Amino acid sequence: MTTSVRPATHADAAHRLDLLRQMLFIRRFEEKCVELYSGGEIRGFVHLYIGEEAVAVGVNSALTPEDNIVSTYREHGHALVRGVPLDSVMAEMYGKITGCSHGRGGSMHLFDTSRRFYGGNAIVGGGLPLAVGIALADKMRGESRVTACFFGDGAVAEGEFHECMNLAALWELPVLFCCENNGYAMGTAIARAQAQTDLAVRASGYGMPAWPVDGMDVLAVERAAGLAAEAVRSGGGPHFLELRTYRFRAHSMYDPELYRNKDEVELWKERDPIAALTDQLRAAGELTESDLASVEDELATAITESVAAARSAPAEDVTTLEKFVYTPRQP
Amino acid sequence: MADFLMPALGADMDEGTLLEWLVKPGDEVRKGEVIAVVDTDKAAIEVESFAAGSIERLIVNPGETVPVGTLLATIAEHAAGEIAPEAPPASAAEKAPVAKKKSAAGKPAAKKRPAPAKRATEPPHLETSSPLIRHLAEELGVELDRVHGTGPGGAITRADVTAAASAAAQPQPEQPTRPRPAAAPPARQRVTPIARRLAAELGVDLSGVTGTGPGGTVREADVRQAAAVPAAAGTGTAGAARGAGADGPAASSAQARLLAMRQVTARLMARSKREIPHYYLSETIDLTRAMAWMHDRNRELEVTERIVPAALLLKAAAVAALRVPALNGFWVDDRFWPGEGVHLGVAISLRGGGLVTPAIRAAADLPPLELMSRLRDLVTRARTGRLRGSELTDATITVTNLGDQGVELVYGVIYPPQVALVGLGKVVERPVAVDGMVGARPVVTATLAADHRATDGYTGARFLSTMSELLQRPEEM
Amino acid sequence: MTVTEAGQIQTTYREAMRAAIRDAMQRDDRVFLMGEDVGSYGGCFAVSMGLLAEFGPERIRDTPLSESAFVGAGIGAAMAGMRPIVEIMTVNFSLLALDQILNNAATLLHMSGGQVGVPLVIRMTTGAGRQVAAQHSHSLEGWYTHIPGLRVVTPATLADARGMLWTALQDPDPVLIFEHGSLYNVKGMLAADAGPVDIDLAAIRRPGSDVSLIAYGGTLGKALSAAEVLAEDGIEAEVIDLRTLRPLDDAAIIGSVARTHRAVIVDEGWRSGSLAAEISARIMEQAFFDLDAPVQRVCSVEVPMPYPRHLEEAALPQVDGVVAAVRTVVG
Repeated sequence: MTTSVRPATHADAAHRLDLLRQMLFIRRFEEKCVELYSGGEIRGFVHLYIGEEAVAVGVNSALTPEDNIVSTYREHGHALVRGVPLDSVMAEMYGKITGCSHGRGGSMHLFDTSRRFYGGNAIVGGGLPLAVGIALADKMRGESRVTACFFGDGAVAEGEFHECMNLAALWELPVLFCCENNGYAMGTAIARAQAQTDLAVRASGYGMPAWPVDGMDVLAVERAAGLAAEAVRSGGGPHFLELRTYRFRAHSMYDPELYRNKDEVELWKERDPIAALTDQLRAAGELTESDLASVEDELATAITESVAAARSAPAEDVTTLEKFVYTPRQP
Repeated sequence: MADFLMPALGADMDEGTLLEWLVKPGDEVRKGEVIAVVDTDKAAIEVESFAAGSIERLIVNPGETVPVGTLLATIAEHAAGEIAPEAPPASAAEKAPVAKKKSAAGKPAAKKRPAPAKRATEPPHLETSSPLIRHLAEELGVELDRVHGTGPGGAITRADVTAAASAAAQPQPEQPTRPRPAAAPPARQRVTPIARRLAAELGVDLSGVTGTGPGGTVREADVRQAAAVPAAAGTGTAGAARGAGADGPAASSAQARLLAMRQVTARLMARSKREIPHYYLSETIDLTRAMAWMHDRNRELEVTERIVPAALLLKAAAVAALRVPALNGFWVDDRFWPGEGVHLGVAISLRGGGLVTPAIRAAADLPPLELMSRLRDLVTRARTGRLRGSELTDATITVTNLGDQGVELVYGVIYPPQVALVGLGKVVERPVAVDGMVGARPVVTATLAADHRATDGYTGARFLSTMSELLQRPEEM
Repeated sequence: MTVTEAGQIQTTYREAMRAAIRDAMQRDDRVFLMGEDVGSYGGCFAVSMGLLAEFGPERIRDTPLSESAFVGAGIGAAMAGMRPIVEIMTVNFSLLALDQILNNAATLLHMSGGQVGVPLVIRMTTGAGRQVAAQHSHSLEGWYTHIPGLRVVTPATLADARGMLWTALQDPDPVLIFEHGSLYNVKGMLAADAGPVDIDLAAIRRPGSDVSLIAYGGTLGKALSAAEVLAEDGIEAEVIDLRTLRPLDDAAIIGSVARTHRAVIVDEGWRSGSLAAEISARIMEQAFFDLDAPVQRVCSVEVPMPYPRHLEEAALPQVDGVVAAVRTVVG
């Protein structure tokens, strides 16, 4: 399966450095979120992606700007690498009018239709039918877009998942199903929730190509997603990637993590996708300390500025509370 | 210097309890390093530092509960680069694999890394109690050996510990006593909302209205019926009172209300002028004695009880009606029907428009003081819609006093089927010649509008002169 | 279908609905119909009979029995620019898609800060009267009226069956059309050139001065029959067809009650927590001082719909019950 794409070692250094930069971007953004949340500046549920960055970066790298993305409530990373402006994402965390969802969505509901980013869906499995419908529209109109649909391992237990696998396969819709298997549906380990934990096997039961991918290796993800997206785009119907990954932090910001032990977390942290790529680039002589420092500086500055902008951005006037419930009518 | 604050650890957290410090002053901490354990309503949670540096001062002691945002500790920050930032830039390989030894009966720490594309996660193996749980158990005096773990793999959870702590000592809550059934409320007249509203507007006393709805409910039609009666005095004009509020176009309710009242008055007055041949007489009455008497009386009275000239004039009108009974009654079916007693109708204008004419019953028999208090009561109740139905149906003769509006002469229109209406103007000082001497004296002009079918001018004149005479001897009233 | 000299045709509610769908398909190639058995079978209630042959399987699209997936796909397709008509066989089955209807269709516009409109039309059959027992007979449209973001309409006449669909498709927000199962066979005259009608206003179907009879959908006919009976006793009932259940036409309801001072609501839903309860509350709030009798409700008896005819009839609002309720407030 890897014969049709160039091996990772041939990826040019600039591209690999960019992948690293993107992963660091997500990581540093979310670390700032932790700080802001602890300080009470942002509230609500905030689900961190730390540890899973390779999935968003690798998949997005295989998509074109014309493709669609439907995501979950753990979507900061998907939004940022998709190009949803940092300032607008940060402002959304603050619920400000300058947020990418006008402040109405918050962390779980980032939207940017101008970048074909169809949200932050916080009902587990709830985004899958949307992705199917968007893909149906594309197919009916002869568009060659791919709709990448992210969801977690928890969604695989939902009825909507199975309905959508069937419908997408039946109608041969251009959907790339990206299952981010981080091993836990909130606090329930996959073996305690799924009779068949090999999720790709279940998807393949619907007659669509499906395979597992090392979700801690951004180059592996990019490679697999590239293959799958190309197949989808060329009329091969839906494809399914099970991206095996791990979240390093709690389900939503903080929890006591009674459902897993620390050794397990530490073991996975040794496979930190950012550290892994950093090592790889250093070993290949493609990354200098000054490269890294300048990336970090650039990110730190941008994030600091985004916080300042979000803090000073206006809050929406409460008189407009009922806005966005119905589309304004032309008189 | 950086502040380490009580963090917000969840969407619903307002305060937290510092359970444990994992550092002491002087310790070096990295950004992201866990330095304290905080207990929330849900769980004990390890809290990280957002600054790198050395711990300077621990401010809050373990066990203290403080609001989110409270300063817990200060950290002397290092200049950038002095301490390596968090993991990623430092190579993972350089970092010694952590793989801490497990303390209790756990399996030896696995050293192998998770296989990339195999099953992602083994079911996690948990120790039966975490340090946090032990800490909590210690605090609550719970022996962990005796606690049954309900967590994954039999792990003892926080809930297990707190349950064990509270299990024994908890007294059984008392059965809540059933409240005694409340005494039955006093029977209340059933009135529909629109009927109640209309009654207030039309000045109808609901206690006098008989409801024709289910269970005796007073409805709109009942009130309109009652409101129509006083003006028509039972002479078959009830139907005229059906106001436009009920069937008119979409006027606002206040407008509709006014319109309805106006229409009732309009029909009545038009009928009066159409049917009744009015004649008018007037007499200017010297009030010198009456006013002097009144001032004397008022010196003995509380401010709120003081008599006003109008009370004396009403009394005089009432007594005059008693003495000239041909003016006190009704013209119905081509003949005069004398009233049974003098029930003096008093025209009262309502705030916001409209007019009602409730009656002071047996007014001729009331001493001026009593008449005064009846009058006050009537005005108050008329303006708050609390008139009794009988008060609106009883008048045998009506007085309208526009003196307080500055009017000197009032030529009124008789309320059918009554036969007389007395108009009273303002009490004014006028030059009057008495015994050849001209002096300023208080006077009032009383006017009589009377139905020529029932009486002639002579009778009317007698009425006015009687009033005048009475007011010259106020003490006799 | 017979054209008369007056430019009227004799038709049925079913045919009027079908004509509306055909009209929409012809006017706008973004419109397509999907649902269970809408194609080969011709529609569970034969509404779409013949349309497959006319428009082909792409636009008259049979779906698997996956309410959540195909309703969600309709939402996704609408988001992506199509104008789908999704048919759900009965309102009871719509509960399998309630997640999509509430959490996505009604919510996306708001949580995306106005970016994601959902111009979707969902049609479904509601109501009892055909002895199909406790899982195919309920009137749950009142539940949907609870949800901001939705528009809920109930065509009760041939003109509305013919005219509401196109207006609903023009609406930028999701519209739910509830078709009472007892109406499909209703015959009557309709203007040959009947076209779109508003979906905002209630209609006075019979003027009267003594009581406002407020009905919609399947209860309109019963209210009109009751008004006939009452008229023989000299009681003039004003019959209001709500037409649109959300947003309610308060002005029409309150205006009528202000004239008649009495209101009886006829709603096939269960009484507790019903649309009738909502209307009653609004009358209390806005017309209390105009009332000359307590508001009465004629609703379904609170029992799952039984199968035997006599029990079903006893469970539903009937003309006698409406007449009796009116007599308690007038007289």
